[in-house]
Amino acid sequence: MNTRALPLYATIAIFLIAYLLCWLQFPNILSTRVIGNLLTDNAYLGIVAVGMTLVILSGGIDLSVGSVIAFSGVFIAVLLRDTGLHPMIVFVLLLLLTTAFGAAMGFLIHRLMMPAFIVTLAGMFLARGAAYMLTIDSVPINDPFYQTLQSAYWLMPGKGRLTLIGVLMLLTVMAGMVIAHRTRFGTSVYAMGGGEATARLMGVRQGRTIVLVYAFSGLMAGLSGIVFSLYTGSGYPLATVGTELTAIAAVVIGGTLLTGGAGYMFGTLIGVLTMGLLQTYIVFDGTLSSWWTKIVIGILLLAFILLQKGLLRLTRGRLQGAAS
Amino acid sequence: MLLTVRTLTKAFPGTLALDGVDFDLAAGEVHALLGENGAGKSTLIKCLTGAYLRDGGAMALDGQPIDPRSTVEAQDLGIGTVYQEVNLLPNLTVAQNLMFGREPRRWGLIHTAALRTEARALLTQYGLDIDVDRDLGSYSVAIQQIIAIARAAALSGKVLILDEPTASLDAREVEMVFDVVRGLRERGLGIAFVTHFLDQVYALSDRITVLRNGRKVVTERTADLGRMALIEHMLGRALESEVVGQSAEGAGATTQPMLHFSGTGRAGAIEPFDLDVGRGEVVGLAGLLGSGRTESAELMFGVRPAQTGAARDADGPLDLSSPRAAIAAGFGFAPEDRKTDGIVADLSIRENIILGLQARQGWAKPIPRSEQNRIADDYIRRLDIRTSGREKPIGDLSGGNQQKVVLARWLAMNPRFLILDEPTRGIDVGAHAEILRLIHDLTDAGLSVLIISSEIDELVAVADRVIVVRDRRHVAELSGERVTADQIMRAIAATDADGAAA
Repeated sequence: MNTRALPLYATIAIFLIAYLLCWLQFPNILSTRVIGNLLTDNAYLGIVAVGMTLVILSGGIDLSVGSVIAFSGVFIAVLLRDTGLHPMIVFVLLLLLTTAFGAAMGFLIHRLMMPAFIVTLAGMFLARGAAYMLTIDSVPINDPFYQTLQSAYWLMPGKGRLTLIGVLMLLTVMAGMVIAHRTRFGTSVYAMGGGEATARLMGVRQGRTIVLVYAFSGLMAGLSGIVFSLYTGSGYPLATVGTELTAIAAVVIGGTLLTGGAGYMFGTLIGVLTMGLLQTYIVFDGTLSSWWTKIVIGILLLAFILLQKGLLRLTRGRLQGAAS
Repeated sequence: MLLTVRTLTKAFPGTLALDGVDFDLAAGEVHALLGENGAGKSTLIKCLTGAYLRDGGAMALDGQPIDPRSTVEAQDLGIGTVYQEVNLLPNLTVAQNLMFGREPRRWGLIHTAALRTEARALLTQYGLDIDVDRDLGSYSVAIQQIIAIARAAALSGKVLILDEPTASLDAREVEMVFDVVRGLRERGLGIAFVTHFLDQVYALSDRITVLRNGRKVVTERTADLGRMALIEHMLGRALESEVVGQSAEGAGATTQPMLHFSGTGRAGAIEPFDLDVGRGEVVGLAGLLGSGRTESAELMFGVRPAQTGAARDADGPLDLSSPRAAIAAGFGFAPEDRKTDGIVADLSIRENIILGLQARQGWAKPIPRSEQNRIADDYIRRLDIRTSGREKPIGDLSGGNQQKVVLARWLAMNPRFLILDEPTRGIDVGAHAEILRLIHDLTDAGLSVLIISSEIDELVAVADRVIVVRDRRHVAELSGERVTADQIMRAIAATDADGAAA
């Protein structure tokens, strides 16, 4: 068995065990209603985490996504309020804008050889500031087309609602899996995360790959912004503060190595669902403070970082054992 | 000829790394490229693979002039390279590594099944039957190296450059890699092979080219070039010009033993060796680059801790597990690469001299400035360091004076045993003699010195006793009248069979 896949199995095992424990206490948690809500409530996080996974796999980081989501919401709300544009056109405009924004950050990271941390930190302030420039209030969205999208769902057996945005998240994860694991671009991303100098020697087109990675992350952040505005029915410049960090946490809990080069898209979905499950449990319990979510996520993160370090040492030890 | 290089020239600020070098590579031959450090081997290779742009000369592949500007471009032309450090990605699978950049696709997506089949078929040609879906990093370095060779050969297919591919392999693994290389030779590839191991050169290569100081010395068929002649070419001196050492009067017999190393060794670095060092004695370590000279010194100073063996002096066992412990035991070590390991270029001469002393005292107890000045001035005078003042940054000094400052740093700590790794490298002739004179003065005062040098004349001139290192083993010890350039060269050149007799 590949040791690389171990964190993924650990993630899946932890999720299943956690679900089992929740189910033992609250049997209702294993209903299509809860599962449907789990997908709907975490749709925006799941989508943005797909972009973040690719960025982290390439050995980078994207701190701008939380602000971009907020900007997207405000952009949509203000455009729908002030112009007569159809929401679909607004969506296209927005996605073009956020993708270009991500590509520009990728270009700067590559050209100036700046750490992604700094460039995307600047992007984070920029996007948040742009959102404030559009409005400082929460702007409701009252477009009829929006109401159609919001109420689109498929009633699963057991009265659970599989909403449009929940489906969209699952589709995004699948698209992410194909891109990461089945394209040359995906292999290049893994190669960059494994070692930049070596990747260059093997013929990776570094600049193109970096720009595409951050453009993809920008696209996902824009899509996540659309989903978030569908979810809340409004645009608010102060929304989703710190979501980039939640997304990073989901990616790491999903078994992706924070230094890049190893991990699976599917793990990120499980990571997002694990965090959603914690929240659901607290809602079911009713007496626990919601801060417990943060504490458990902190513990999980630490556990995964330790697990990865341990695995690394294990692999190295075995190699040395084989060599001697 | 498959590949021809004519009057290749490449200059770096201050040095001419390649000076009109000619090199030919025929299809179906293994051509060994040899030379000591700074001979120009790696510069030549980097010009061939497009990592460096040449300043002058011509290169042609299959009669067509070529001018690669990047490793990828060289690869497309047909020149593939395998480096000492495996340049593949340990986090990708074997199949992904082998087929990277030319994965079979179906509907725009990577066709995983075909990828696996092609990778497996490729490896079968090299007699390797492994699970191609496992991460490359989970296989041994030898297997990784073969995979790297397979990838390079499949990508380029004309010229294969092997840059010390066997440096970290054991004998059985080396044989494995060699079988693969021989197979490629039969398929008609031209293979340039760089190594420090002479046994491997004779085992594998058809022709040998020796470089020295950026010039081609000789190209000869391996069968026609004896070991002695080869080493003479590499070290650049003929046996006839005998130089009699100043200290070969048998001083070694009169010194009283001070330090004993017994069974000191480390897997992959140097086989266990015994060594006694007398008070006031100069012990030389001779051998070719990569033979285990520096490794021996590093073990003694705890840079890399020894895995086996022990060291003791008259008072009992010594702890040499780290440089700090070795310094506490009265050891000093001036490393080979002065610029990166020896000096702090931006600090002044005074600060560089005080560094070791202050580190031993602990940072909580600073040495008073007046005391620092006194020590610095004292050593500038005693070692005759040519400088306009003690506050000059050491980086501005010449190599010889830098080396004297490094010596001053250790002498200020009053050691009893000083290890000097190539103390005269990159130093002009005048300063060279001064450093050697200084070593004599120091040993007269009772200091013991271990000196490593590629220059045999230097060892003959300064050492009471010379240990010869070959293929990571201490193979011979010469003392008294036997410390001659001729004897040392013979011991370096001897094969395993007659090594014991030397």
